[in-house]
Amino acid sequence: MSHHIILRVITKLFIPFILLFALYVQFHGDFGPGGGFQAGVIFAAAFVLYGLVFGVEAAKRIAHPSLLQWAVAVGLLLYAGTGAAGILLGGNFLDYGVLDSHDPVHGQHLGILLVELGVGMTVASVMITTFLCFAGRQPSP
Amino acid sequence: MIELIDLSLLLFLAVIAVTVARLHNLFAVVLVMGFYSLVCAALFTVLDAVDVAFTEAAVGAGISTVVMLGTLLLTTSEEKPQPFRVVPLVVVLVTGAMLIFATLDMPHYGDPEAPIHQHVAPRYIQDSRREVGVPNIVTSVLASYRGFDTLGETTVIFAAGIGVLLMIGQALRFRDSGKDGDA
Repeated sequence: MSHHIILRVITKLFIPFILLFALYVQFHGDFGPGGGFQAGVIFAAAFVLYGLVFGVEAAKRIAHPSLLQWAVAVGLLLYAGTGAAGILLGGNFLDYGVLDSHDPVHGQHLGILLVELGVGMTVASVMITTFLCFAGRQPSP
Repeated sequence: MIELIDLSLLLFLAVIAVTVARLHNLFAVVLVMGFYSLVCAALFTVLDAVDVAFTEAAVGAGISTVVMLGTLLLTTSEEKPQPFRVVPLVVVLVTGAMLIFATLDMPHYGDPEAPIHQHVAPRYIQDSRREVGVPNIVTSVLASYRGFDTLGETTVIFAAGIGVLLMIGQALRFRDSGKDGDA
């Protein structure tokens, strides 16, 4: 699509706003609609748009495949690790109240923030991986 | 007024579903399915399920359309003409009739006496503010009260990603640099 100049310029203008909106949905999910899942998908949509307009090889250089594979696992580990931290601090698995020794509500806030971050990381990297895998295949001759 | 919106959205859905069934160009089918998801998202918004609408618009109308288009590149975009068959039509009609019959027993939409609103929902609504302290109850239910469920969902997404990587992960290798190793 190297000759579609309007598409390329508009895409470049759009991508920062899509990423910013994804971060807003991620960290504002406690107050409004949204959360890790939605934020992850929107974050991935920016990379998908980039891949559609500038080509899959260019998208791979930005979202490096080995980094993506790490992010898929680290997100889930962050979620499960937050749960395990609850056990280590004397509570139940995924009991965020004990994460803050003074105020259980603060512990809940911290737990939800970490857990949503984990969900967002896993969802975003799985979506980008899926797109790159599907779009990166060549038709068999 | 709200009934009019509901009615027109549902009518849209029916029209789109019939269109998808009648179309033979798969490229058009994928695009119309994306539109179907978008109308679904509008319906969820009318039902006050904004979080679900968000997900439906992003996944159904966005990502899955793109993935389906990517798949179409590898195959043909024209469906082979199928002869008309009676049995599938009968199965669809009977299943649809059974589903409609089942809805007759369901409580009305928004009925406070419905069983689903009598179990744990009142506790979430009354105590979420004090126990979890985030204003969006959907978030507090998803991430805290039902943290196990969400962990399971995330694991499903993780497993899906690993499955894609195992099956067609070699597509992630860099093509232009000529080296194949670290990807």
